[in-house]
Amino acid sequence: MALRMWASSTANALKISCSSKPNVSLAFSLSRCFSTVLDGLKYANSHEWVKHEGPVATIGITDHAQDHLGEVVFVELPEPGGSVSQGKGFGAVESVKATSDINSPISGEVVEVNSKLSETPGLINSSPYADGWMIKVKPSSPSELESLMGSKEYTKFCEEEDASH
Amino acid sequence: MGVSGKPAELLEIESVLDDQVPVIRRFTGGGTVIVDHGTVFVTFICNKEAVPNLQPYPRPIMSWSSSLYSKVFQGIGDFHLRENDYVFGNHKFGGNAQSITKNRWIHHTSFLWDFNVQNMSYLKHPKRAPAYRSARSHLDFICRMKDYMPRSTFMDKTVEATETQFSLRPIQLEAIRTCTEAEFCPSSRFLTNEELEAAAVALQ
Repeated sequence: MALRMWASSTANALKISCSSKPNVSLAFSLSRCFSTVLDGLKYANSHEWVKHEGPVATIGITDHAQDHLGEVVFVELPEPGGSVSQGKGFGAVESVKATSDINSPISGEVVEVNSKLSETPGLINSSPYADGWMIKVKPSSPSELESLMGSKEYTKFCEEEDASH
Repeated sequence: MGVSGKPAELLEIESVLDDQVPVIRRFTGGGTVIVDHGTVFVTFICNKEAVPNLQPYPRPIMSWSSSLYSKVFQGIGDFHLRENDYVFGNHKFGGNAQSITKNRWIHHTSFLWDFNVQNMSYLKHPKRAPAYRSARSHLDFICRMKDYMPRSTFMDKTVEATETQFSLRPIQLEAIRTCTEAEFCPSSRFLTNEELEAAAVALQ
């Protein structure tokens, strides 16, 4: 456990990003791949990220989430024009034998949905912060972003969550 | 059928329509099962904190449930979790599915108590099959739970195993029905004949 915590801090300090391979061969034969966390994004404790750029915010799930979920085979997303509320579910992903809710980190109106995900849901695994984006939202209360975690806080949150289980 | 199941890929639609077999799409993930009078369903609906130190993700939940069933099937038929199925040896007798929300999760298993060989022909060989299936036909892949354990023994042992983790009290089904909120609308639903016919046509 201590070794894993040390390696996790080291990996993050070196900004090592891992692909979604479940087992990475490192010098110490660690069995867990450490998740990427990007600076400049905000994070919810249900493992979604939001990138606020001007009038639009882009939302997806984090590398930590996709790694724990496994291979995503199906994604259910809302229609543009619908609304999302902070902390409430807006869609779901199917992986392994489970559907897992995705919750919105902020409230607002859905302005765009990533249509590529219906044909290639695996983009969520291979590119959770870029090609695997899920929805774009016009935020209704931009101050909600302040209640979310920054990258350092979220990294610590993930480490603590993984360590306690 | 699981939430994302495509009828044309999973079912022999013509036979299903001819024989008027009801098709239900449930809200959990996973595959397609034939439900008959013998099928045993065991469902766990848990708050996030109900099982200490359990992360609410598919594999940890699957692992937790399989350790519970290991107690049930101890010494019987070489039980284990194989990929996401419950097997005796390499024959599947239990299929699993889950749904995970922010604060709760459901894990349910349909146990293949017995099966009618003819009914199996309603199912196609799924595109996404576990590696251990090794392209076996349905009949070579599955086995009957009744060949391993009496039904009452299975139920008693499942209750016993669950009691090692939770405090249990029995409740009548009617009591659950009457306390269901009036506005609750189940998302699990029957597929209509029109939907099945459209799927059959699209396949051609």
